[in-house]
Amino acid sequence: MRIDELIAELQEKLAELKRLTRDSGLDASPQIAELAEEVARLSLGRGAWEQVQLARHPSRPTTMDYLGLMMDDFYELHGDRLGSDDGAIVAGLAKFAGRTVVVVGHQKGKNLVENRIRRSGMAGPGGYRKAARIMGLGERYGFPIIALIDTPGAYPGVKAEEHNIGGAIADSIYTMLRLRTPIVAAVIGEGGSGGALGIGVGDRLLMMENAYYSVISPEGCAAILWGDRSRAREAAAALRLTAHDLLDLGVIDEVVQEPTGGAHTDPQEAARSLGEALRRHMDELGGMVPGELPGLRRSKFRGMGICEGAMPVMHEQGGE
Amino acid sequence: MKISWFRRQQYVQVKLEQKGEVGALWVKCAGCGDLVFRERIRENHGICPRCGAYFFLTAQERISLLVDESSFQDVSKPIVAADPLGFVDRRSYVGRLKEAQEKTGLRNETVIGRARLGGCPVILAVTDFRFIGGSMGSVMGEQLDHGMGMAARELRPFILVTSTGGARMQEGIFSLMQMVKTAAARRDLERLGVPFVSVMTYPTTGGVLASIASLGDITIAEKGALIGFAGRRVIEQTTGERLPPEFQTAEFAFEHGMVDRVVERRKLREELIHILEFLPVRQSQ
Repeated sequence: MRIDELIAELQEKLAELKRLTRDSGLDASPQIAELAEEVARLSLGRGAWEQVQLARHPSRPTTMDYLGLMMDDFYELHGDRLGSDDGAIVAGLAKFAGRTVVVVGHQKGKNLVENRIRRSGMAGPGGYRKAARIMGLGERYGFPIIALIDTPGAYPGVKAEEHNIGGAIADSIYTMLRLRTPIVAAVIGEGGSGGALGIGVGDRLLMMENAYYSVISPEGCAAILWGDRSRAREAAAALRLTAHDLLDLGVIDEVVQEPTGGAHTDPQEAARSLGEALRRHMDELGGMVPGELPGLRRSKFRGMGICEGAMPVMHEQGGE
Repeated sequence: MKISWFRRQQYVQVKLEQKGEVGALWVKCAGCGDLVFRERIRENHGICPRCGAYFFLTAQERISLLVDESSFQDVSKPIVAADPLGFVDRRSYVGRLKEAQEKTGLRNETVIGRARLGGCPVILAVTDFRFIGGSMGSVMGEQLDHGMGMAARELRPFILVTSTGGARMQEGIFSLMQMVKTAAARRDLERLGVPFVSVMTYPTTGGVLASIASLGDITIAEKGALIGFAGRRVIEQTTGERLPPEFQTAEFAFEHGMVDRVVERRKLREELIHILEFLPVRQSQ
């Protein structure tokens, strides 16, 4: 918001300078050009950056908020059976639209105390292993899987590295590629890199209107490529990380409408909208032969990417 | 005993653009500080003859280190990176690509080939760190998909040697999706019982570590390799944790059960030949 005020202020100055040039005949064109350039720089990616801010809004509904609003019942399950229970990912059985489903999702805390357990939704290896375990449980009984993505990224810490966070994400991705039950994933807030992807391999991928999904955070990208974290606004625009960008790029299947002003202004309405979309996609997938889903899912991802000189080949889809 | 494990292997990078009388024939080893005859290092597979420090290997050098003589047949796809986002930071992605191509003489960062190791037919995939950090964008995803597809069809074991900083940011979401794409292609190897050996060299990090590099049947780390998901600085800044000096080395990865073995560069070829002796080789053609 501060930046918007700054832009407005600069635009006013710009108008004044132009007026001055016209009225007094003084040549202020170098200053005008400079100012115009500054305004253009600040305005660049305003939409993208604003959306990143909305996706991170402290009162934005979290996975548990949506579950409370969308599901008739949710029975949380815990632990990866390998020594940890990561609070940054919640998982369990739920009743949704009259049937049992499995839900996994990143969970952000609402305050510092909660975030001691939730780590702002930054999951460690135990989180991805828990998610993979419980998705496997869903597959055994043919329960569809709903994955709700909301993380700045996987947890960057010594312990996470010691317990092979990279391998845990890889395994979870690999697991999701072979599960026989329908998977619908939705980015509800932040879709931060590999940490998001670790539970994000679905037959369908939806995004809430003000969510973002990116290979790296705008700040991280700005630090590496611009050598300056404060250029995050430009990085956000360059990365094309908004829901509408990703729909244009053919990576997601649907943009889920949010109430005007963002999901936090009316969580009930946001949950109704998300629930309706999830249900519709689950119904569509429910009509398919379960044995065909993993092959179709893999084909979909194997077709992703844009190169020059040759188009990605189409793969004949195998069964299980 | 433990101390020697944790001794950090020094990696030094030969600057290709190095000019002048000294630079042309001699390189300074960052390990021992000595001036070493460049040709001598090349013959020695990028190992400093004085102190044993490892220099970066180009994809070509890596291939000749590993395969049976004149057994390598390049089957890479003739593709180059597109610029799907029109990405510009301080410089344009297109400009960076052109520079990388001129610097390395490569079309892209990934080389795929049919080869033999100790007589055993394999598909070998190697990434070249000099080309934008060996990072994974749509091209690497497509090349690895192609390589694994070929390995699956021809029932040749697939060997992947990574030297990569992770995802290619300039391709945004498409680079992230290559993690899934490569994992999906890997599934075909499993379904057909075709072995996959992952060899992690300096460095194997980020999105490549969190996907295809971690999905090998057997995983070998080259001694001294940097192996990790998050960068040191990110970890320090986010958590304020102090990082042990051996953090994210191959030896650290071994201590924590992430890799099966840590192998010296000099012994890597024998090691792979040995591994292949145990695995099913059922070449179809």
